[in-house]
Amino acid sequence: MVSSFKKALESGKFVVTSEVAPPKGTNLEKMVHHIELLKDKVDAINITDHQSSVMRFPSLGGALLIKEMGGEPILQMTCRDRNRLALQADLLFASSRGIHNVLCLTGDSVLLGDHKEAKSVFDLDSSQLLAAIRRLERGKDLAGNDLDGGISFCAGAIVTPEANPLEPQLIKFEKKIEAGTEFIQTQAVYDLDRFKQFMDYARQFPAKILAGIILLTSAPMARFMNKNVAGVNVPQEPIDEMASAPKGRAIEKGIEIAGRMIMRIQEERMCDGVHIMAIGREELVPDIMAAARLV
Amino acid sequence: MIRSITQQKSEEEILRLLEGLGRVFIIGCGTCVTLTHTGGEPEVEAMKERLSDKGKLITGGVVLPVACDNLTGDALSKYGQQIAQADVLFIMTCAFGVQTVARQLKKLVVPALDTLFIGKETALGQFDEICLQCGACILGETGGICPVTSCHKGLVNGPCGGTNNGKCEIDSAKDCAWTLIYNRLKDLGTLDAMRRFQQPRNHQGEPKPGKLVISAS
Ligand code: SF4
Ligand code: SF4
Repeated sequence: MVSSFKKALESGKFVVTSEVAPPKGTNLEKMVHHIELLKDKVDAINITDHQSSVMRFPSLGGALLIKEMGGEPILQMTCRDRNRLALQADLLFASSRGIHNVLCLTGDSVLLGDHKEAKSVFDLDSSQLLAAIRRLERGKDLAGNDLDGGISFCAGAIVTPEANPLEPQLIKFEKKIEAGTEFIQTQAVYDLDRFKQFMDYARQFPAKILAGIILLTSAPMARFMNKNVAGVNVPQEPIDEMASAPKGRAIEKGIEIAGRMIMRIQEERMCDGVHIMAIGREELVPDIMAAARLV
Repeated sequence: MIRSITQQKSEEEILRLLEGLGRVFIIGCGTCVTLTHTGGEPEVEAMKERLSDKGKLITGGVVLPVACDNLTGDALSKYGQQIAQADVLFIMTCAFGVQTVARQLKKLVVPALDTLFIGKETALGQFDEICLQCGACILGETGGICPVTSCHKGLVNGPCGGTNNGKCEIDSAKDCAWTLIYNRLKDLGTLDAMRRFQQPRNHQGEPKPGKLVISAS
């Protein structure tokens, strides 16, 4: 079973993915609305897994919903909350229900979320989860037992091209490639000249690379990310640009900047596509795509 | 030297644990908790005063040389009467000391401290956790720095995405273990050890509770 997302990656086209977040609770209206808006515009939709360690409706449920609505889901799976039995079980379930893309993440610490006293698991790490998927695809579970009925996934992972220090991050990145990742979504990039340097290195590997684009919503938000989000560096120029936007028009400026970046990435063929994140403002993704002349 | 690192419980919790227990005998220890100023001579004296102020009757108190020692029961026998008069033994030692007393005396025990970790004094007044006694030691592949313990997530294949300027995503006062390991392996010219893929770990190296019996053969 080859997923349509995998086909898109292999077709050589400029791939566009985005993401939606499940709700805290059972009111799925907003998520459904976002899926509705995105499903025919992007090649696949990521569904986040208790993002920032905040307890929410499960990513598996969201992925199923995307599938049922005719979209192409990328199931995000972190290693924070499930041991190897639970992770494998969820992969079996996902595959059986037609979810064939998965993004493997280590997961944030529970200390960053809203259940700070929870026990964290990390039985596997992201590279071991990738290896587990490849093993399950060969018909064996992590204990070496045979599976009755197999799975198939287009499996991906993430990298932070501006991590500091960078070398340990790249060693991990190469382990993910070795473990069989087919695509990589990057942490948000803003300095495209630096991103090009990363791509000069990353291009030697077989995985497809999607550049992470996070919509800037205001100058303070950009400064906040610089200060608080590991591996995100928004240069002064876009911050000034955001600050110069007339009152109430910062979002439009952010959309313009994101659109411009995507256009440049595509024109210069820097990488294989983009992963657009508009955290909390997913309804703006079509506008970003329009600004990038992708639709 | 291995040290048991402790921290005093909040006053609120202490009073809750001692509710209804009017007569209190206090036990401190001359070893780890003296070093961390959580259960040495001065802290035991201060606790006597604090509890008296809260209306408790202090039947007595002692700072044992090594509370986790098997001879603790004997050492306490000198205080037999004061202990007999008490409703509770309020113990300002690490949990090893608390459990040692509980095993040797038929008496209600209440800990005054939380035992945080088994660690080492790495600089004056600074204590670090460096080993979780996991039963499957990988120090030989990580330059002698333990990622199971020193990495907040216990990752064995390299850093997570939260590593930030060499610090951990949970606390900028804590080093990212993987920056330390990388630097160390690089210095030693053995970075290949970090490139080697580590299989999922055996988390049952010694299933809890650990137990070892050495046969006398
Ligand atoms: S791997 Fe770490 S926790 Fe396990 S025994 Fe070795 S030092 Fe201790
Ligand atoms: S920042 Fe470093 S020490 Fe902290 S969890 Fe990530 S890899 Fe481990």
